[in-house]
Amino acid sequence: MDQYSVHNTNLKEVLPENTLSSRVPQVKVSREIKPSQARHLNEISKYIIYRDNEKCRMCGTCSKICPEGVHVLKPGYKLFATPKSYKCIGFRCEKTDNYCISKCPNGALRLVENPMMEALGDYRWTSDIILATWKMAETGNVLPEDTDYEYETGASEGGFDRIRLKYPDKPPVEVSEDDIDISIDLNKRNDGKPKIKIDVPWYGGGMSYGSVSNVTQLSKVRAATAWNTFSCSGEGGYMERFRPYDDHMITQVATGLFGVREETIQRVPIVEFKYAQGAKPGLGGHLLGSKNTLSVSRMREAVQGIPLFSPFPFHSVYSIEDHMKHIDWIKHVNPRALISTKVSTPTDVDMVAVGSYFAGTHIIHIDGGYGGTGAAPDIAKKNIAMPLEYAIPKVHSFLVAEHARDSVTLIASGGIRSYYDIVKSIALGADGVVVGTAELVALGCVRCGRCESGRGCPRSIATTDPELTGKMTIEWGTQRLINLYNAWSIGLKKILKRFGMKKISELCGRTDLLIHLDFMKSSDAK
Amino acid sequence: MPEKYHIETTHIPPRLPRIGKYGIIDWREDCAGCHNCVKKACIYDKYREESKFINSLDSIHTIYFECMGCFSCVQNCTKGLLCLTVNPEYKKLGNEYWSPEILRTTWLQAETGKVPVSGAGYRGKFYGPGFDSMWTDMSEIVRPTRDGIHGREYISTAVDIGRKPSFLTFNGDKMNSGLSSLLSLPLPVIFDMPSPDHTLPKLEPFIIEAAWRTELIALIDSEKWTLLKDYDEKYLSHIAFHLNPDSHNIPEEILKKTRLAEIPYSNLVNKHIAVIKNINPDIVVSVRLPLTSQSIDQSLQLTKLNVEVIHLVADLNGNELNTKNPRFIKDMIRDIHGNLIKNEIRDEVTIIAGGGIGLPEHLAKAVICGADLVSINLPLMIALECRLCNSCKSGNYCPAALDKDIDIDYGAGRMVNLMGAWHWQLVEVMGAMGMREARRLRGDVGRAMFYEELQNEIYGPIFST
Repeated sequence: MDQYSVHNTNLKEVLPENTLSSRVPQVKVSREIKPSQARHLNEISKYIIYRDNEKCRMCGTCSKICPEGVHVLKPGYKLFATPKSYKCIGFRCEKTDNYCISKCPNGALRLVENPMMEALGDYRWTSDIILATWKMAETGNVLPEDTDYEYETGASEGGFDRIRLKYPDKPPVEVSEDDIDISIDLNKRNDGKPKIKIDVPWYGGGMSYGSVSNVTQLSKVRAATAWNTFSCSGEGGYMERFRPYDDHMITQVATGLFGVREETIQRVPIVEFKYAQGAKPGLGGHLLGSKNTLSVSRMREAVQGIPLFSPFPFHSVYSIEDHMKHIDWIKHVNPRALISTKVSTPTDVDMVAVGSYFAGTHIIHIDGGYGGTGAAPDIAKKNIAMPLEYAIPKVHSFLVAEHARDSVTLIASGGIRSYYDIVKSIALGADGVVVGTAELVALGCVRCGRCESGRGCPRSIATTDPELTGKMTIEWGTQRLINLYNAWSIGLKKILKRFGMKKISELCGRTDLLIHLDFMKSSDAK
Repeated sequence: MPEKYHIETTHIPPRLPRIGKYGIIDWREDCAGCHNCVKKACIYDKYREESKFINSLDSIHTIYFECMGCFSCVQNCTKGLLCLTVNPEYKKLGNEYWSPEILRTTWLQAETGKVPVSGAGYRGKFYGPGFDSMWTDMSEIVRPTRDGIHGREYISTAVDIGRKPSFLTFNGDKMNSGLSSLLSLPLPVIFDMPSPDHTLPKLEPFIIEAAWRTELIALIDSEKWTLLKDYDEKYLSHIAFHLNPDSHNIPEEILKKTRLAEIPYSNLVNKHIAVIKNINPDIVVSVRLPLTSQSIDQSLQLTKLNVEVIHLVADLNGNELNTKNPRFIKDMIRDIHGNLIKNEIRDEVTIIAGGGIGLPEHLAKAVICGADLVSINLPLMIALECRLCNSCKSGNYCPAALDKDIDIDYGAGRMVNLMGAWHWQLVEVMGAMGMREARRLRGDVGRAMFYEELQNEIYGPIFST
């Protein structure tokens, strides 16, 4: 159950009176893990079990031996229900005593790989990664070690998918998972601003109301609240319904300035300047007219039904000095806010990052091209800007060379699919990551790529259509994300334990713990 | 300020059922008839649209073409009967270079004239062979840039074709020699002759019409000049004849009205150029040079011979010719461009790169690698729903019905739409880079990142030790 608290004691000195007086009680959300099954009648599974009802003699052997609950005879029914294939662990069950296929005395059961796997997912988000993410969002736990879901890497044949973790034969230090700290600091400057620490090395990416539904947005921020991290409003304005979660919100100031008001800037602990986004670097944002419904247009203070562009770039920023003026503006409006600067990954992303640091930003957020929910030209996603996996070490090493690395937080986003990608990002030099698509997959996204069209997402996630939005509840969405966060934190701690690390910050820049298959020596291969 | 270049596009639907990527292939028995799939789950209403379309067809080619792959019907079927998979017809499209995805997006652009847009981020491979091993740059906050895409400033995609002398010489107030002929195109593209490997479709009338409508130029084999007998003269400035210098039979009055001509590479190019210039002194003459291992030396030699334009032509997949281990056109252009720079004569010649240009990003990347403009042929044919089944030669029935009567508005219109979409995408890429002029993009490799270089520069120090 939600609890209520007001944390305004230390805000009196820094918030304007009208903002303080209009502040609403802040909601706490429980971090409790609860099973949260898929919303649909038929969950997609890696395997399918067929039951031949003509051969089945209803002996019940299958339901007795299956610990996963695949075979169900509902009370009052004469026949078994269609096997719950998504619970089946597949052919690895063959090694156990619970393999229903061989144990069925009448040979009525048949196990096959689901032919739909070819149609689910893509090179980056393979069907295995999608299904594994769904499992984690359902159970709140990582998959068993002997799982046959390959979710450490995708099939893109480059970047994270060619990088492997190099575990020591034996951890240099034995640590308990309970003692491992995966929190990160978002303010590394000693500038008198709040020292914000988040409990997990990630926060939720900016998704505007318009690009996703308000149910999706609220689910994200509630999960962030439960895990003492952040979610981001995106560029579509600041919903009133965010206000009970102000302390876990980042609000975005982007080129379109949709719904940006001093009042909303004052509500939050972090303000993010979005100079560019990885999915459409250098192109600005674009909300198609069909998704600009009445409620979206009101929040953005725009006209319903017309396409909305966030032009690129900021017309007031053509240099780092201009950027500094931007930051000073926010610091003046909201003196307690940390500043995040979100940029894409051009050739000189390292120069941009250092410039932004000297301008006074607390967080440098580099956004690669694999993420994004809204409409983006295919040509941009595929071809423009540097892949994130190159940008992270490039920025990290340059910040180190400029003696700035210890005073700024480096966050990577746009392509983080799992806790393995988080580990690789941090080992390459980031402090933490921003996640977006992974959250949407946890909510049931199949990555059909139709976020932008017509009524929007048929999965009720990236839509503004009232009927479609209503197919998902905030409670269900919140729980799925809380579960995913829990699974990821477990997974991270397991990896850190193998590295013998007590803190995730020890991992930052430890490229010696990574192997790139293209550079692998024969000795490493062994 | 010159008038903005704009290609007028209009929606031109396909003549045949689309070959979609996904399909519901398994309607098992035991359907409850609840209609959840058609009435509730499919928000696109594709089931009903599909039925309507199929009912109006003379023959059913396929029933899998409009599914969006969202799995909603599969997951909400009351009895779990539906199965979604990748359409096997889709997988058979094209070849190892001209992938089904290239064909699909070309068809879409030819139909709508719009920039393909999708959600959910990039879903392809990290990198690939050919043009997929480079990325274009974007300008961030530290560089001045502009927002021409959204209308405030104009991004020019115009390029010049012809010889540009490095300097002028004067005798007093008079120039010693006249300026070379120079023509401008509003987009760095010319339409090449249809591929000889695809003999079935008679595309020239559509290509010529599309060249006129887009203000571009189409290369036409001089043997086919008779196609023009009934043509309006307005087309002539948008046609360039590929001439066999020894035996071309084009009337001089026609040749005089064209702006560009092409001759094959030979040891007698200067003599042949002189013959053509004698007929039409203002014409620009291009030399068609097959892309082989000799092309670096040949292009230097031609440039030194004052050739105005070199048209480098790789095979249809962009590969070097006459070798078992071909290099890709992008790498060869870089070498040829670099060699001309080294010899300080790059600006004097125009380079057209042809072969393997299948997408607008290929156009931008070829220019970045050193071409002034590109030539295309297969995309124009694909725009008319060609599947690259390669059955043209055997005389089989063309599955895209390209051997049937094709309406000029459909044929030329689809090509125009494709160019309209390419133009906007080039503008998008240039806008992201902060470039206002396609002329300045040529050879600006600083605006690109190459896979091998990134691997070595960034990962080398990390992973090589």
